[in-house]
Amino acid sequence: MALQEKDLLRAYRLMSTIRQFESRVDTEFQQGNIPGFVHDYSGQEAVATGACMHLTKDDYVGSTHRGHGHCIAKGCDIKGMMAEIMGRSTGLCRGKGGSMHIADINQGMLGANAIVGGAPPLAIGAALSAKTLGTQNVSLSFTGDGGSNQGTVFESMNLAVVLQLPTIFMFENNGYGEHTAAKYAVGSGDIAGRAAGFGMPAKRVDGLDFFAVYDAVGEAVERARSGGGPSAIEASAVRFGGHFIGDPQLYRGEGEHERNRRDNDCIKIFSKKVISEKMLKKSQLNSVDKEISQLIDAAVEEGLSAPWPSADELLTDVYSNY
Amino acid sequence: MPIKSIRQAINETLKNEMRRDSTIVVIGEDVAGGAGSDGIDDAAGGVFGVTKGLVGEFGRERVIDTPITEAGFIGMAAGAACTGLRPVVELMFVDFIGVCFDQVFNQTAKFRYMFGGKSETPLVIRSMVGAGIGAAAQHSHMLHPLLASVPGLKVALPSNAYDAKGLLLTAIRDNDPVIFLEHKLLYDMKCEVPDEDYLIPFGQAAFTREGDDITLVSMSNMVLNCNQVADNLAKDGINADVIDLRTVSPIDEGAVLESVEVSGRLVIVDEASERCSMASEISSIVAEKAFGSLRAPIAKVTAPHTPVPFTPTLEKLYVPSVERIEQAARMTLEA
Repeated sequence: MALQEKDLLRAYRLMSTIRQFESRVDTEFQQGNIPGFVHDYSGQEAVATGACMHLTKDDYVGSTHRGHGHCIAKGCDIKGMMAEIMGRSTGLCRGKGGSMHIADINQGMLGANAIVGGAPPLAIGAALSAKTLGTQNVSLSFTGDGGSNQGTVFESMNLAVVLQLPTIFMFENNGYGEHTAAKYAVGSGDIAGRAAGFGMPAKRVDGLDFFAVYDAVGEAVERARSGGGPSAIEASAVRFGGHFIGDPQLYRGEGEHERNRRDNDCIKIFSKKVISEKMLKKSQLNSVDKEISQLIDAAVEEGLSAPWPSADELLTDVYSNY
Repeated sequence: MPIKSIRQAINETLKNEMRRDSTIVVIGEDVAGGAGSDGIDDAAGGVFGVTKGLVGEFGRERVIDTPITEAGFIGMAAGAACTGLRPVVELMFVDFIGVCFDQVFNQTAKFRYMFGGKSETPLVIRSMVGAGIGAAAQHSHMLHPLLASVPGLKVALPSNAYDAKGLLLTAIRDNDPVIFLEHKLLYDMKCEVPDEDYLIPFGQAAFTREGDDITLVSMSNMVLNCNQVADNLAKDGINADVIDLRTVSPIDEGAVLESVEVSGRLVIVDEASERCSMASEISSIVAEKAFGSLRAPIAKVTAPHTPVPFTPTLEKLYVPSVERIEQAARMTLEA
């Protein structure tokens, strides 16, 4: 699984896209251009990217309420995403899902999910489809440390082991479930250990290190594709923002923000490594940043000028026939 | 024409559909039974033997026994339904929907709308409903009104073997999630059921008795009681329409309104508790849309607003009886 220059550039492109997308979503939200609740993925880019780079379009991902990063890493259209978050008719879900339900089944994206712990049951279902239909596809569910305490997640892990499903449980431990610390809410403090208790290989990795995530997920995906059943990975990560955009974050310790931005930025860590080890040039990264910035400007511009859904859209898409 | 019970009709339909379409899988607790044990395979075939024999023909890859973990396997089936399979899941007793309701109403039912119409969830959840065998509060509930209130779900409740086959075929071939509710007292009820396939469209009620004097509306097991009442009334020269709704989402409003426009008298019989029942729903539809046709107040005969009691004497009082329905009908006729 040696990463070639094009793979590294792709990884950087995805991470930069997520960071810039989320930063712009934050701005547009503050300006009143985005309705509802929005949960910023900034800081966790290495996890979504390291995981999804192993997946094909036909593999499935189930996501969380903090799902923009997963969507981008899985290949969802940036303009369609921005329009969706803005509630416009050109959005991926025609404006009916929004940030918390953004999905693109055709892209293997089973949806952000506003129910904490929502993804694992659905993702093991996609794995059941793959196994029954013999497609060799796999599924991967993203779950936070908060979601890791949900019964549905335990049930899904047990079912995946019992039925030997080709799936990966990706736990992103960003230290907080909403406004409560994981070290309070996760009883054993060891999400990977709990997963191992269900009878599957489970690993803990540094989620700030793209390469560590990439290697661990690669191994798990390989196991799943070759009929070896489920795996779990707990990636420690850092949530730069609050639970939602606008969260005053009173639970943060003194200097925590500054420390995170300075020392725990997965993109800075990646860039430093690839430049110092001469895998990529600084100029290459800069030109990716510039290109993505233009893409996101265009996505915002098109989103803001896109029409709102027409009134008859209220009643459509409940059933395929009724 | 062959005579079959509801149990046979459902079993045969599952078998035929699984032969026709290899993407159909049956999932649930003990749908085969015997997994991992030293005894025989297919040790259960469902609690009441409805899925008996499937594992022998289709194997454990398509007849999947699950751990007792309803939220997990209903969610799994929903995910599978979005990604290429057509699962028919058995939720042993509908009361257990309490532990997996999130998977049903927040996930399955909302996918299509949330995703802007870009997904299909061809999932059937078969479950058992109803009182009458002393199964008590947590194994006897009728929850069809709760389920019918959820946008995105379709809800079918057959009252006989012919309808069970036609409605289940429609459910399996439908691209939306369908809740298919089987009354536990009806499994051995027999009638003529053709061997060949036929579909009963959802939202199309059946008239099991026809008459112009009064309209009795019901569904599932209560249709049998209404038929009995209609037969009793007929002895006095009173002719009743008995409407079996067959599905409570969608509802065949047209059939009810047309009948009431002629009879002017309506009794609705529902084994669910009165508050927010289908009886309330039908009553409100008729009050809104056929008020001028009514010649007597609408009567509702339902279970009381209580859990289902265990002891046979109280359980008998809980379920709307032929006597209570007939009394309500006669009062309506005299009003």
